[in-house]
Amino acid sequence: MAIGIKKVARPRKMSFPEALYLVEIVKGLGVTMRHILGNIVRQEGIKTIEYPEVRRVMPPRFRGRHRLMKRQNGAPRCVACFCCPTACPAKCITIVAGESPDPAVEKYPVRFDIDMLRCVFCGLCVEACPVDAIRMDTGWFTPPDDTREKLIFTIETLLEK
Amino acid sequence: MTAVLFLVVVALARIAIVFSFCFGLVVVFTWAERKGAAYIQDRRGPNRADILGFRAWGMFHPLADALKFLFKEDFIPDNAQRLFYQLAPMFAVAPVLMSIAVVPFGPDVTIFGRRVALQIADLNVGILYIFAVTGMTVYGVVLAGWGSGSKYPLLGGLRSSAQMLSYEVSMGLSLVGIFMVFESLRLSRIVAGQGELLFGFLPKWGVVVQPLGFILFITAQYAEANRTPFDLPEGESELVAGYHSEYASFKFSMFMMGEYLHMVIGAVVVATLFFGGWQVPFLADTGFVLPGGASVPLPEILVIALRTGSIFLKSLFFTWLYVWVRWTIPRFRYDQVMRLGWKVLLPLSLVNIFATGLVLLLLGK
Repeated sequence: MAIGIKKVARPRKMSFPEALYLVEIVKGLGVTMRHILGNIVRQEGIKTIEYPEVRRVMPPRFRGRHRLMKRQNGAPRCVACFCCPTACPAKCITIVAGESPDPAVEKYPVRFDIDMLRCVFCGLCVEACPVDAIRMDTGWFTPPDDTREKLIFTIETLLEK
Repeated sequence: MTAVLFLVVVALARIAIVFSFCFGLVVVFTWAERKGAAYIQDRRGPNRADILGFRAWGMFHPLADALKFLFKEDFIPDNAQRLFYQLAPMFAVAPVLMSIAVVPFGPDVTIFGRRVALQIADLNVGILYIFAVTGMTVYGVVLAGWGSGSKYPLLGGLRSSAQMLSYEVSMGLSLVGIFMVFESLRLSRIVAGQGELLFGFLPKWGVVVQPLGFILFITAQYAEANRTPFDLPEGESELVAGYHSEYASFKFSMFMMGEYLHMVIGAVVVATLFFGGWQVPFLADTGFVLPGGASVPLPEILVIALRTGSIFLKSLFFTWLYVWVRWTIPRFRYDQVMRLGWKVLLPLSLVNIFATGLVLLLLGK
């Protein structure tokens, strides 16, 4: 194919009053004044979500902070099978298994810690879980905290939601 | 003895009032800048700083800023030339503050049987004094750029000083028309002259007799104050923060304060030279005298209040104009700034002088 020439549209030459800028500046000032007055009178034009007070609604499939599900008797549904720490690419899940007091259940997690600072929110733990014990459907991300220790979520925190 | 004491007290009171006016306006200005910017851009702006749960639309943010600057480390880089580095912020603030001294804030008033001018000093070279003193702010920029011992401030300082110097020329020349019309450099005379009427109904404000001069002056002033659309000295991508990149803590805050003071005083000067200063249209010493012959007599105290209030409102408007323009107009490229300064503003200000002279000659003054 032969090399063709493509004409690119050039900006139109400014007319004399436009080249003086003065009228255009006044028009521009009018635009900004409309915005500021509109925003003072009606606050609807303002797009800001005032975060801690107002929370944005996350889409339903948003992968947020984790929660552990409970059985009907309130015990954790988790059977400590270690599927999720195996699947986890960030190695942020620590499980210590114990023998369950319930004869119908074999094992339960004595400890179930997720290091939220390492978690990459990939959702593989949720995929891996055979009993649907871990979910990421809280619709919220990890809130900030003062120390690293507070951001290692223990089983109590995870069962809360 | 009492006469001397009276003069000292009056002088100190005037200085105190004018200073607190300037600094108060600077504080309000920084707030208005941030809040105005936010509302223009459909944001909310600062609204978090609170005192006892009272937020006042973010009014406490300037206070929080000042406190923050006070508690930061007063750092001097190793490569800095210590003397120049420390002098620069002072040069940024002090000359600007000095220039407010000649601005009249009202007509002469009588206190305890003595006439007192509402002006710190009524110099006969008033406006030249303003130029001379604000011209020194360039030293702040140059010293900061050179003294920081770092490349970005040097480039920023160079750029900034070149810009300020080239616009200084057209700024000075654009005012010559005003001197020619009002036949004085004394600011109180210029303001008094603006109280007259043109053709019997038009207030003889500077902007009416010198419209071109006004546009040139305000443009040059925006460039002089390093304000958008001429805010070249600061450019994150190429110069970091320009000449004050290496400054921290209260020294940086002094630069900011100097910048905002420059604008506040610029606004006061524009109001004084081009918008009648303390003059209110059709307001004479005894009350309103309308062009049709009707008059509304007012008590003297009310007249003085109206007049000082009018310069206050005018200055407020022009400080707001700085914010308004900043968030409306995109910035120029550096070569465009220089071309506008030397090839447009300078010839136009010369033409303005010539045209003014011609008109005055034809009018036979």
